Formats: sequence, structure tokens, C-alpha cells
Amino acid sequence: MSRVAVLKGGSSLERLVSLRSGARVEDALDRLGHESLSIDVGPDLVERLQDEAPDVAFVALHGPGGEDGTVQELLEILGIPYTGSGVAACIRSMDKVLTKHLLLEAGVPTPEFFAFNETAFQGLGAAALPAIERRLDFPIVVKPAAQGSALGVKFARTPADVPAALVAAFSYDTKVLLERYVKGRDLAVSVVEGAALPVVEAVPHEEDFYDFEARYEIGRTTFVCPAELPEPVTARAQALAVGTYEALGCYGVARVDIMLEEDTSELFVLEANAIPGMTETSLLPQAAEAAGISFDGFVERMLELAFERDESTFAGT
Amino acid sequence: MGPTRSTSRDLERYAGLFASRTRVMKSSAMRDLMAVTARPEVISLAGGLPDTSTFPPSTFADVACRVAAESCAKALQYGPTEGLRETMACIAEVMAAEGTHVDVDDMVVTTGGQQGIDLVTKTLIDPGDVVVAEAPTYPGAVPTFSSYQADVVQIELDADGMRVDLLEQALDRLEREGRRPKFIYTVPTFQNPAGVTMSLERRRRLVEIAHARELLVLEDSLLRYEGEAVPSLYSLDGGVYVMYLGTFSKILSPGIRLGWVVAPPPVLEKINQGKQGTDLCTSTLSQLMVQAYFQEVRWRDYVDSLTQLYRARRDTMLDALAEFFPPQAEWTRPRGGLFIWATLPDFIDTTDLLARALRDNVAFVPGEQAYLDGRGRNAMRLNFSAQGSIREGIRRIGKVVQEQVALYGTLTGQEQPPRRPRAEPGEGGRVVSFPERRRRAGGT
Repeated sequence: MSRVAVLKGGSSLERLVSLRSGARVEDALDRLGHESLSIDVGPDLVERLQDEAPDVAFVALHGPGGEDGTVQELLEILGIPYTGSGVAACIRSMDKVLTKHLLLEAGVPTPEFFAFNETAFQGLGAAALPAIERRLDFPIVVKPAAQGSALGVKFARTPADVPAALVAAFSYDTKVLLERYVKGRDLAVSVVEGAALPVVEAVPHEEDFYDFEARYEIGRTTFVCPAELPEPVTARAQALAVGTYEALGCYGVARVDIMLEEDTSELFVLEANAIPGMTETSLLPQAAEAAGISFDGFVERMLELAFERDESTFAGT
Repeated sequence: MGPTRSTSRDLERYAGLFASRTRVMKSSAMRDLMAVTARPEVISLAGGLPDTSTFPPSTFADVACRVAAESCAKALQYGPTEGLRETMACIAEVMAAEGTHVDVDDMVVTTGGQQGIDLVTKTLIDPGDVVVAEAPTYPGAVPTFSSYQADVVQIELDADGMRVDLLEQALDRLEREGRRPKFIYTVPTFQNPAGVTMSLERRRRLVEIAHARELLVLEDSLLRYEGEAVPSLYSLDGGVYVMYLGTFSKILSPGIRLGWVVAPPPVLEKINQGKQGTDLCTSTLSQLMVQAYFQEVRWRDYVDSLTQLYRARRDTMLDALAEFFPPQAEWTRPRGGLFIWATLPDFIDTTDLLARALRDNVAFVPGEQAYLDGRGRNAMRLNFSAQGSIREGIRRIGKVVQEQVALYGTLTGQEQPPRRPRAEPGEGGRVVSFPERRRRAGGT
């Protein structure tokens, strides 16, 4: 039995999902006979961790603050073993631009892109749009570089849509990603301990492909697991997910979002999530269940891995 | 042993049991965003809370003592579904003060004005029936209409309230499509959220339309600070097609949860049946508290003190908007109510703007929440009644709006980019060129 601090909530825009992920982890810990300490991450985090002195921390935070390495760094300083990827892998996966550069280096396909920060746009001014138009085929998707949810993700059909999309994306981050829009099927592959789980497909009910906020909405999307795909496509999607996990140096778990392009039947990795959602409707638990891994079993394994990393003084890659 | 928390929390256990009307309109992303506005360090101009801090505690004590001394057993007992006659007399007095005269027999006392909206919708709407509302409409009515699976048609407003010409066009169109609206929901006076008041001419026309087409109208109203009262739709109509919705939330307290509906007797009977199923009766204790309050003090004195308070706060907000918002922004100048509605250039999405504003610890309601059809994305509702730093809140919002206006100007070349010292081409500050890799993207 361990004393497990469950870190959840925080002040990111994914606070609600994180609270639900955390609550579900706490339930699993209770069933497993561990003692769980629920911590809604705020300014008093260090104080609480020092007071409570947990054996291990289960990180159930999503979005900037929890998934970007900040909390992991803190836990390392305090000497508390924690679940999931280390500082560097968190930084790499939270930053979609950095992720894509690392994917290219590793030979993992990802849609063509451009990345800018606000200063660059200020400098380029009106010259920015022609530059984008020359290098990317429209339509494109404009995304904040570090934002886990669908907020701020905009579809730009033509160059004329780009300025407003950029204004929106810069509301979330100082760096913005412009990416060729890949029309096709929306897949997610979770990776646990370097092995891919069955592929999940998100099938939107209506043809509102461009409403990114609706994409993962319960009732507006059906999740199919395992996804109905030809065997070679499944195998390749899983291989790309593992390639992504390795390229980013993830530890324990990650979820990799992949598009299967309609016209070319090619697969493209969009991004990776170092701390996937763990609510009852999240993709990782669905995939784990399809692979015969119970949620409780998954939680227990994450704790074991946290201790293993700590013993080997391997502080993440 | 209590229930096991760990098993009762799983959504999927219950998901198949939910009625289709529980499907909410708001995306989870929007819910996530609004959840962050509740952080204590955030200056929130998002709520709609009246300021209850100025209510004298001694008056509260006197009122409570009077109820205890004079009607303890009655206060603790069930009451009639339609409400207590003496409370209805207080309501009639409140309405008479604004020039609307009603018969207490045409009234039902409700648990807040919100229940009035709910009961009227419950009484009139089958799934797929049409409700006509203003664009924007009161955000609190949106989940009510959604939960009864109403098809809401929203009619544009201008400075004189709902555009009744557009209303007629919409009604013609609905008629051609064979769809008959059941009722028109309007906040004609100090509209929430837009703050505008419907002109007398339009009110007359709206009542004519209701008569000619045999449509019910639900009139919701808010507190006035200045200017002459415009006759209510109810008084113009004489209570044939217009139903009136009132509340004690703004003139006394939202915590007391008392409102009322005035409606034609046959409609009222159905509303009462609906209320029986919902909660049997409105809190007798609350109703007796209101009666005692009306006996104890001059209720209009407190209303006068509130109007002075809110008027001053509205002026603070208007001054701050003039000082901090860019010239491209527009906003309403309400003479009552609790809200200002600001409209920004259409390239600004206020949901995204809210995410940015929250980094500066300030919040507002994105305009899309006042619509059921995705409009309003460049508007925002700003509340000025709650306690807090109105000027600082507006300054912070103004700053992020100015930033976005400047950025858009820069990107479109419509404005000179602001002069900046030449930055070193540091991390992320350069164009990431990507030509030779483009076709490589397919291989592994």
C-alpha cells in the first residue's frame, strides 16, 4: 500500500476534465487498497506535498501547468516519484511545433506546417499571409502551439480566413501552428510501456468536420474501438504511435492522435498527449479495455513504473 | 455502509438512461472555459449577481422576527400552489408602481423568475415547437428552451428593441413552412443581455401581431434606474395574449427565490398544474418574508438605493469602456438592468478572447451564450451590478481587445505595425521554412 498524491484540477482550461480524470484515479486507488490524497493543484502545491509527504504522485493534470513539465520538475526537486513522462518529454509533447520537428527527424509523417510566434508576425506584417500561401496548400488548420483542448483551433478555408484564425490562436499561446488540413478519419492510438493499444476512431455524427469543439463531444461523436481498419493500416498506425512515443522520449503512457487521409490513405501524426484523459469517456481507458487491461490494472502499473524510474534514478529523458 | 463512491461515479453506467433532452447545448470546451472564471483572483464581469451587501441586516432580523411572531405555523406549512394571496397583493403593488395593473386572480407565485420561464415553456412547448426570442436572448433561458427541445428562432434587436419587422418576416416564413410558434419570449425593458428598451411604437405593434396571429408573448422585465417607464406589453395588451414574468431578485433578493407569472386564466390553470408536479408550491417561508418586508419598510426606498448604486456602477463601466476600448468597439448604454452588451470587430471571437483575458484574471460572458444558433461570437455581456473592480476589469479586457485589433491590423496590412525595436531572430521568432520536406512526409 502506498500513499498516493493525486494531482488534479489546476488552472488550465482543461481543469474540469482533469478533475474527472483525477476522481476516477482516486476511485481506482481506493479499490486497489492505496491511500489517496486528493490535491487540487494551486499555489500551495509545494507546501501540501511537503506536509503530506506522499510516497508517489499520480499526475492527472491536463494542459499547460501540468502536462508541460512544470509540475514534473517540481516533483523531481522534491524527490517524489511520479507517474508518466518526465520533464523533457512533457515539454516536447505539449509544444506541438517542437513535437512536429522531432517527428520529422524521426521519419514519422506529420502534415506540412508553419510555426510563428507573435513577434514574427508583427515583424512580417502583411507579408505573412503571402508567405503562408506560398508554402501551404489550403485549407489549413490554425492551432495554438500549446493547448490541449479544441479551444482556439480554427479552420481556414482560404488565406482570407487566416488573420482572424491567428488572432484567435494567439489568445491561447504566443506561438501558433499552421498546418495543412488533412481530411479523413480521426484516429487515436494509446501507447502503454512502449506498446500500442488498439486503435480508437472518433466518428462525428454530423459532417461538421470543421467544428473542432464538437469533435470529441459525447453525443456528437461515436468512438469505435478497435477501429474498423484494414490490418496493415492498423499496424502502421500503431507503429507510428510507438515511433512518436519514442521520438518524444515518453515514459509509461501517451496518446497519439493520427489522421488517415481520405484521398491518399496515408497516415499523419498530428500530436501526442503525455497525460491522456482518464475519464470514463476518454480514449485511453477505452483502448485499454479493448486490450484487456482494466482501469485499476492500468493505474497500478503506472504507480509501479513511477517507482521503477525512481529506483533507476532515471529521471525521464 | 453508504454507496460506493468508486462505482457510482462511472458515467457509462447511467449514460443509456438519460433522456434526450439532457443533451446540453454548450460544448465541453465552453464549460471548461467558464469553470476557470470562478477562480478567486479573477475579476468577474461574467455573473449577473445583484449586490446584496447593502441590504440592512437589522431589516432582515426584523422581518424574520415578524414572521416568527405572527405566522410561525403558517410559514412552516405547505401553501396553495398559486401562492399566498397577501404575497400576490405585494406583487400587484410592485407592478402598479411601474404602471401595470393586475388582478391577483391572474397570478402564480413562482420559485424565482427562472421557474416562470420553465413553467411557461413546459406548458406550451412540445419537442420541435417554435419559441421566438430576441437575438441575443437571456442566457439563462437558453438551457430551459433546450431542455424542452424547443426550436428557438431568434430575432435581431437594435437600439429600440426587437425588430418587429423582422419578427413578422420570420413569422411569415414559419407559417409557410407550416410551423406555428407557440410563444414569443421578450425582455422589452432593459433587455438582458443587450440592455436596450423596446420603443412604445414597437410594443404596440408587437401586441397587434400577437392578437392578429393568436400568439402568446412572455414579457420578462428588469429594474429601471432613470427615464420614464414605457408601458409594459401586458398593460398595452390587457392580459389577453401577453403573459408577464416578474421577480423579487432585483428589487429585494435573489436568495429569497420569489418570482411570479401573470397569465390569462386558462393558461394559468395549466401553469399551476405544471407547478404542482414540479414543487407543489413556492416556499411559504419566503412568501411570508416578503409580506413582512412590505409591512416593515418602504420597499421602494431599498429599490431607490439599489438604483443609485447600480447607476453609479454603470457609469463607472461606461466611462471605463470609453477610456479603454478601441474605437472599433460599440456598446449599449442601458438605463436599467445589470448588463452592458459590447460588440467588437467581427474578426474577434470572444470565446477565444475570454481565454486570453483569463490569463489577465478578468472574465465576461462570451456573446455566443446568448444565442442558440452560433451567432454573437464577436459580442460580450458585461455585468456591472456585482461588487468588484469594474474599472480595472474593463481596463484589462480593453488591453487584450486592443492587442487583437492591432494584431489583425498588422496581419491584414490595414494598419502600420507598431514600431518595435528589432528583435534578435531568437527561438520561434523566425519563419520555419519547410519546402524540401513537404513530400517526405509520407515515408517512415
